[in-house]
Amino acid sequence: MSETHMQPRTFIARNPSVLYFLAALGVFTAIVTVLSDATGAGLISTSFVKTLGKTLCLCLVAIAMDVVWGYCGILSLGHFAFFGIGGYAIGMWLMYARTELIVAESLAGQVIPPTPQEISDAIGNQIFGVVGSSEFPTIWMFADSLFVQLALVVLVPGLLALVFGWLAFRSRVTGVYLSILTQAMTLALALYLFQNDSGLRGNNGLSGLQNIPGFEDSGQDAISIAFFLASALALALGYVLFAWITDSKLGNIIQAIRDDESRVRFLGYHVESYKLFVFTVTAIVAGIAGALYYPQAGIINPAEIAPIASIYLAVWVAIGGRGRLYGAVIGAALVSLLSSWFTGGGAPNIDLGFYVVQWVDWWLVLLGLTFVLVTLFAPKGIAGVFDRLVRKS
Amino acid sequence: MPWRSGRLFKTLTRKHKMIRVLLSLVWLVASVGLAAAQDLQTVLQTHAEEVASPSRNSVSIVLDDLAELGSPQVSVFLEQWAERNIWQNDEAGLFFIGSKDGDVITLTDVDSGEATTAPSDGYTQLRPNGGVRRVIGSALVQFQLTDPDPDRRRSALESIGRRADASQLPLLEASLEGEAEPAIRARKVQLINFLTARFGAQTDDRVAAIESLSADTSVEARAVLSQILSTSTERTDGEPSGNIARVLDPSSDPAAFYAELVEADLAPPLVSPSDIRTALEANVVDGRVGDVPTARLGSDAARAEAYAALAADGRVPPLVSQSDVAQMLSRFTFYEKYDEADPTVTDAARATMDAVETRVGVAQTVDLALDGLSLASIYFLAAIGLAITFGQMGVINMAHGEFIMMGAYTGYVVQLFVPDYTISLLIALPLAFAVTFGAGVAMERLVIRHLYHRPLETLLATFGISIALQQIAKNVFGTQARPLTSPEWLGGALVISDVIQISYIRIAIFVLALVFLVLLLFILKKTRLGLEVRAVTQNPGMAASMGINPDRINMMTFGLGSGIAGVAGVGIGLYAQVTSEMGANYIVQSFMTVVVGGVGSVFGTLAGAGLIGFLQKGIEWLNPSNTLAAQTYMILFIILFIQFRPKGIVAPKGRAAAD
Amino acid sequence: MVLWRVIVKAGLVCRTPNGDVYMTLFTKHSLAATAALLIAGSAAAQDCADPIKVGVLHSLSGTMAISETTLKDTMELLIKQQNEAGGLLGCQIETVVVDPASDWPLFAEKARELLTVSEVDVIFGSWTSVSRKSALPVLEELNGLMFYPVQYEGEESSRNVFYTGAAPNQQAIPATDYFLEELGVEKFALLGTDYVYPRTTNNILEQYLIDAGIPKENIFVNYTPFGHSDWSTIVGDVVELGADGSQVGVISTINGDANIGFYKELAAAGISADDIPVVAFSVGEEELSGLDTSDLVGHLAAWNYFQSAESDANAEWVAAWKAAMGEERVTNDPMEAHYIGFNMWVNAVKAAGTTDVDAVRTAMYGQEFPNLTGGTAVMLPNHHLAKPVLIGEITADGQFDIISQTKEVPGDAWTDFLPESAVLTSDWKELGCGMYNTKTETCVQLTSNY
Repeated sequence: MSETHMQPRTFIARNPSVLYFLAALGVFTAIVTVLSDATGAGLISTSFVKTLGKTLCLCLVAIAMDVVWGYCGILSLGHFAFFGIGGYAIGMWLMYARTELIVAESLAGQVIPPTPQEISDAIGNQIFGVVGSSEFPTIWMFADSLFVQLALVVLVPGLLALVFGWLAFRSRVTGVYLSILTQAMTLALALYLFQNDSGLRGNNGLSGLQNIPGFEDSGQDAISIAFFLASALALALGYVLFAWITDSKLGNIIQAIRDDESRVRFLGYHVESYKLFVFTVTAIVAGIAGALYYPQAGIINPAEIAPIASIYLAVWVAIGGRGRLYGAVIGAALVSLLSSWFTGGGAPNIDLGFYVVQWVDWWLVLLGLTFVLVTLFAPKGIAGVFDRLVRKS
Repeated sequence: MPWRSGRLFKTLTRKHKMIRVLLSLVWLVASVGLAAAQDLQTVLQTHAEEVASPSRNSVSIVLDDLAELGSPQVSVFLEQWAERNIWQNDEAGLFFIGSKDGDVITLTDVDSGEATTAPSDGYTQLRPNGGVRRVIGSALVQFQLTDPDPDRRRSALESIGRRADASQLPLLEASLEGEAEPAIRARKVQLINFLTARFGAQTDDRVAAIESLSADTSVEARAVLSQILSTSTERTDGEPSGNIARVLDPSSDPAAFYAELVEADLAPPLVSPSDIRTALEANVVDGRVGDVPTARLGSDAARAEAYAALAADGRVPPLVSQSDVAQMLSRFTFYEKYDEADPTVTDAARATMDAVETRVGVAQTVDLALDGLSLASIYFLAAIGLAITFGQMGVINMAHGEFIMMGAYTGYVVQLFVPDYTISLLIALPLAFAVTFGAGVAMERLVIRHLYHRPLETLLATFGISIALQQIAKNVFGTQARPLTSPEWLGGALVISDVIQISYIRIAIFVLALVFLVLLLFILKKTRLGLEVRAVTQNPGMAASMGINPDRINMMTFGLGSGIAGVAGVGIGLYAQVTSEMGANYIVQSFMTVVVGGVGSVFGTLAGAGLIGFLQKGIEWLNPSNTLAAQTYMILFIILFIQFRPKGIVAPKGRAAAD
Repeated sequence: MVLWRVIVKAGLVCRTPNGDVYMTLFTKHSLAATAALLIAGSAAAQDCADPIKVGVLHSLSGTMAISETTLKDTMELLIKQQNEAGGLLGCQIETVVVDPASDWPLFAEKARELLTVSEVDVIFGSWTSVSRKSALPVLEELNGLMFYPVQYEGEESSRNVFYTGAAPNQQAIPATDYFLEELGVEKFALLGTDYVYPRTTNNILEQYLIDAGIPKENIFVNYTPFGHSDWSTIVGDVVELGADGSQVGVISTINGDANIGFYKELAAAGISADDIPVVAFSVGEEELSGLDTSDLVGHLAAWNYFQSAESDANAEWVAAWKAAMGEERVTNDPMEAHYIGFNMWVNAVKAAGTTDVDAVRTAMYGQEFPNLTGGTAVMLPNHHLAKPVLIGEITADGQFDIISQTKEVPGDAWTDFLPESAVLTSDWKELGCGMYNTKTETCVQLTSNY
């Protein structure tokens, strides 16, 4: 990847793709906003705005994945765990605050004002009653504070990545071993959350997250646009951040680690620190993406962070093209939108006469085989093909 | 809510009810006129409702009357009743022994044994439930204990085993004399021993019977002991009396003991926060409660103040303080009393029970070890194919689980064509190997061959194949689980005692795992192919220059690994479920088995499977009510384990070691 | 001329699933039929300006497809039958099928799509509680209407959902009574898959058993993950419960595939229904088709419907189902729930004369429709049905022998056996509230807990 000829002086000049990307994202965002229900145009339905907003969040976590895998060579099969943690952290506040309003309203009508204990019991009963308990687990102790939960969106994925990465990199667990280890991490987390005793409502997860406390009067059309814009902004910032990181000297070292870890170590660099930095920063970005994603999805539950989700993340990046940030964006957007189009019954079935190919049934087969073909024949993904075409012209 | 089944609400054809009652009355009158002695049908008709839809608690009235009748037809009727062969005529309400064949039913008169046929439309089958059948079984004991048919005697003994009572002891003792069959005789002796221990007349006999149970870990024997040792909790403000098991300490759980006193009306009830709230709400006067304005009542202290004021006025019962509770409890002695009055008997039972429990503890440990071994062999079988492809070739095959699934579905398809389960299994095992061997070779040739220098990408490409295969299986076989049934001789379990037992199918999987272990070791260490495989693993370039064709070896190795997965699939399908997702359930576990054990070594995989299997069972034992937690902790352990031994228990050699 | 226009309009807007091509044919060739229909009476007044659309929100892929695909087929069959019988309000019913792919967030997304983009009049869908809870906020926000056909843990009564499956008091409690009264069970093993339905049901049952005088230490509770296959230790634990001479019974809320391994292990351990009876709440005809039941004869299941129920309506329904889907296909309880739910909705729409959600909802209360098992189901103001409870013993051919049937039991949204919900009640007709606190006499909230 490293170019041997003379480097242009400014960041933008070295990375024209950043400018193109930001421009494209800006135009896209503007068009969607203007055509949405919120402005009254109604050409793009609220549910599609939500889909687009979620897709932007997936693009954000995909570029994080691209940095950790495509640039640093760590095939993490656990980055969706950080995404999920971000969702859970914000979800706790959303559930708590919404329930608190409901409880306050229902208790307000009584002759005697409620004690703090009564309020807390009632909230606990509302949130955990449906999963068969009513006590507040300690894990919820900061759930009443938006500020703390927002901090947790960043802190928990960051700390988990820091501890896990420190352990793993220190022991020089690399390559496929590390992949399997990260997969084990996300599996353990998913299994833990699946337990009802985990205090995060087990398989039911946290739901009703699309109802933002304090914004009961604004419709979902407005809320969906707000989150769509926030997601677009986060993606833009994330893109610039990662473009800047990969462009810097740090980025060069990271890519050198990918290409030959031992050689970089012999040159005197502390390889583990660089890897740990990349692993942690990308985990934090994944957490932020998750915190934006789940209020749009409306529900988060442990199945979201099952190992398969993280593998799909790798699939998107591989199809889009590793080692190019816009590749990750293309892959994530294309595959996830195509998936929902095919499984949503949007694609017409093909009648072969003797057999009707229903896309609901055959989409996954097509995706799987596409993936094999991309790996075999286009290892640099769609972006690689795109690059070749650009260079030729 | 009491169970309101049958008797009241059973959906009998109600329109016929009146006619039926009338007809049976006519029939009753007629039959009383004809026969002086009552016959069976008459007795049945007097209890027609209860016979048609019996309940466990009330059926004994019918059974008592039938027993009084004493006719030989009674036992025949009871047996047929329990077997659901009694049919009732919808019109007349008469009962017959019947067997249905298509639309025709062959009816046998319960008294005369006369056989007739009739269309089945007008008859309803009686379906006594499990509880009633058990009561019928007990009633049949007296008839069956001395029956010439050994099966009947056995079923009588089974009934006694399930529901023992004192009245059966003399019957059993009387029947012992003529018993010729040694197995049945032994069982009778055993049951007499159990019954003597519980209901024997002489203390000495009972103690002797109890002490003879000290080496018996069976559930039955322990049941006898614990029934002798059954206790009830009592309390007194004087000296405890009777055969006391132990005196309880109320301070261990004051709330529970105090609640007991409240229930017995010996102490005033505690006032809960919600009681306080209700009381305050009921006593609001002009926005104040006992001089405290309602607006201030949002805190516990203010509420206590207001409540105290109300209590002082005598408008609410006073609060019960902690010291009140303690003082109240100190006035009483709580103790457990044996239901059995004779301390000699209970002492003997206690001592015997302690001895038995030690044995049971040992047996449980053995059983747990067997379960662990079985789980380990399942993990081993699932992972060994992966150990070959991953260990010897460094290829991450995410579609390995789907090969397991393919094997299982092969077994299912074979069973569709070959109905004999033994033969179908014999066909399925090699066929599953062949099918997955072929699939493995095809995958190696078409995909993996091109990716040998890009190990991380094989992971992704094979993942693509995995999701495609899974979905194809879903499209072909549907989403429902498919039956894969084990042959008769693999049904059941090897029972060493009631505590230690393991199903034959698990033993078979263990044997299968063992066979593959030996076979693989043999192939790898003793055959030309094995030599070549090891050579290619260590240095493909060098091996090629020695005249070995690495392409062919890779192909064979991959085929072998995949083939074993197919056979494992048949084994796993036999004991669990065959679905398109079954492979996905094993893939992560299999990878961990291989990684923990150490890549590239068959013994490593064995060690990994053993560690994971036993560990999981161990954690499950510590927390038996949550199997999911056991799996979570096991994975956490594996993550930590790999930090300290990154290359697994047995460190790898060859290509995989280069990573 | 005017008549002609009306005919064309009617033909064009009353689309069938086959789409516009068929429509063109319809307007050309079925002129006489359409005219007859128009003259026939009140139906003529409805010019189908607003086509009637039914949304089907069942997973057709992913883990839940195993159960939910059958329900999609059921809905398509029911709608086909209704259309053959003349449709509804003079219109043919159009089916909109979407696939939420066993992905819980997708249930919310697809529900929104159905209500806002496809503009369906009613949704029939969901299987798992979490998928229902995912769709709930959307239904309540957009005032949609959904029929939920599966037995569930209760503790919910949404204005916008009709629960046609069993509440705990229509399945779990009667089955437990049966264990206590009829089988004399003294020790209970509550085995379940670790998710909300078994958790809540077992909590309710635990309290119920304690109230019935069963000491807490005689209740063994175990939770296993979805698709669990290693059952030997748990079966061993259950056998061990009998060591004090008590009669042991198992109440199983084990879900889906995991049952197969569980029953295989039971059979291998030689545990007959006479020794340790097992009553299951999630095992029906569909699940039994995945295993050989010869060793399971006598074990029990509690449902509101079994295929073996003897009634003319059931015989007809089973025959229609087999004719449409194939001889080897079986019917089960959630299918009956959709059968009742759909027919009640049709009647409510007819009674209201419109598909407007609020009008239909009001017309739903008190709707009656014959059960397939005999008797009549009634829609209560708490959005649950009054249905009979059946207990069946497994037979060797994978069906159930019905050994007990109660009269109709009214579904209870809020259980009486948990202290927090004992004070709650739901009555949308009189009180207009699904979560009404009878102690404080206030409506806790108009929306639901998600």
